[in-house]
Amino acid sequence: MKITQLSLFIENKPGAMTAPCKLLADAGINIASLTLADTKFFGVLRLIIKDWEQAKELLEKNNFAVRLTDVVAIEVTHEAGSLFNILAMLDGTDLNVEYMYAFAGPNSKAILIFRFDDPDTAVNKLANAEGMRLLSHDALFA
Amino acid sequence: MSTTCGQFSHPVSAMDFMPRERLRMIQTENLQHMVDISYKNVPLFRQRMDERGVKPEDIKSIDDICKLPFTMKSDLRDTYPYGLFASPMKDVVRLHASSGTTGKPIVVGYTKEDIEDWSYAVARCFAACGVREGDIAQVSYGYGLFTGGLGAHYGLEKLGATVVPASGGNTERQVMLIKDFGVTCIACTPSYFTHLLEVADRMGIDMRELPIRVGVFGAEPWTEEMRAHIEKKAGIKAYDIYGLSEITGPGVGCSCGCGEGLHIFEDLFYPEIIDPQTGEVLPDGEEGELVLSTLSKDAMPMLRYRTRDISKIITEPCACGRTIRRIAKIARRSDDMFIIRGVNVFPSQIEAAIMKVEEVLPVYQIVLTRSHGLDNVEVDIEVNDSLFKDTVSGMEEVKNRISQAIEHTLGIRVFVHMMAPNSIPRSEGKAKRVIDKRDLNEGL
Ligand SMILES: [Zn+2]
Repeated sequence: MKITQLSLFIENKPGAMTAPCKLLADAGINIASLTLADTKFFGVLRLIIKDWEQAKELLEKNNFAVRLTDVVAIEVTHEAGSLFNILAMLDGTDLNVEYMYAFAGPNSKAILIFRFDDPDTAVNKLANAEGMRLLSHDALFA
Repeated sequence: MSTTCGQFSHPVSAMDFMPRERLRMIQTENLQHMVDISYKNVPLFRQRMDERGVKPEDIKSIDDICKLPFTMKSDLRDTYPYGLFASPMKDVVRLHASSGTTGKPIVVGYTKEDIEDWSYAVARCFAACGVREGDIAQVSYGYGLFTGGLGAHYGLEKLGATVVPASGGNTERQVMLIKDFGVTCIACTPSYFTHLLEVADRMGIDMRELPIRVGVFGAEPWTEEMRAHIEKKAGIKAYDIYGLSEITGPGVGCSCGCGEGLHIFEDLFYPEIIDPQTGEVLPDGEEGELVLSTLSKDAMPMLRYRTRDISKIITEPCACGRTIRRIAKIARRSDDMFIIRGVNVFPSQIEAAIMKVEEVLPVYQIVLTRSHGLDNVEVDIEVNDSLFKDTVSGMEEVKNRISQAIEHTLGIRVFVHMMAPNSIPRSEGKAKRVIDKRDLNEGL
């Protein structure tokens, strides 16, 4: 139960984000969620996209360095303590969260995107936990 | 003898295996002819000979070549366009010229016989690389005033290969030609071939699955690391071809696939190594500036031309059996060298350091800047699939490993910048590796 995230290398300079966003916009590709990790000189733009294969092909054809990463998408109730519950479950394990981000889902739900160092173990650990739902790609975009 | 060494059979290579005593006789005779016609017809040469008190008859053997004056690139500019020609224009059937990056270009001329000799030298190069009749050879050097394209073309035709005169540019079409025509041999600059491999990758074409088996690369310095990368990535054997327009164009020398270095076609071109500072001839085996003399070129004889290429003469007999001597692979030019904080640096050192970290040579460029009176080296490296990590810490780690490798080699601090793919301009001729932005008057 993992989903595919597109990561994109961009230089940290004015307008660097415009080019990939315009490419996707012109092709009618919608970005469900994104996050930007940046340093003084460069950034990594991470995207969750329904038609990620199409987006990857388009971006690569236009000379972007693209990498695919397995992330875990978890749907929780949009309320205090939801994120804490997940993190508490992982306490005492060797699992490491490399990064995470979140966006609001439908019906008072929130969707959390986790990049674990070991996504498979994380999925096993969280699969049947109460109060959260691991989303497949199809479920995320249902 | 390994299969890559089995180049005895080709008739065009006969002169490569001549007994050295016989070769010396030919060299002496040819040199005397060069000196005679130059003294008669080239005022600058005659003036310099007279100043040194040397007469053509003083050249009694090839060893007397050290009595002759040097020729510099500036001599070609100063006498632009025809000042160094020794034949009347009615005998000159071809002109080539360098793209002059500074001021006037340099012009070189050829008689009909010169073109014959040149083609013959290039044919011997490709024969040494194992190219034969029946090979389909793509020439991706620029055709035109640059000697690369036509030089390789004539030599390959003389050898009897099927020539695909692709010239430079339109890289996607070049890849298509290699695939569709069943090209077995390619001739171009090593940096252009690396670019071609990138484009093939993007087109989903794996060069290793195509019939191409030989690459003959020249016109710019390159390293053993780059050769290893090209051979692995393209599944070909990569050979060196050496030459320069001032001497004749490509075909002065070539690697043979057996021993290190490049054989020089000594019956046509005579190599010496000098100390670039003093001009003194260095003993065989010592590294210095390569000086070349044409031994059979009537339109424009070039005697003791200072190439600015750094090399050394290898005297040990080569496993291939050729008796003509070798020079070490040219990985740097005294021109390319830059001095940073008092340290002499060659781009090839930086390239070798990068390739200690990354198996695949990324596209890179060295930028020199000056701020507050201090020189800085910045190495811009394009991110590719293997360099791009999904995390900032992963990227920082690769970046640090590369800068540490470079700092370890050079002993000075460098700033490595990760750049977006395709942000560094590509060249179809010689790659421009160093951009010197230093304002020497900064802070004054
Ligand atoms: Zn050899």
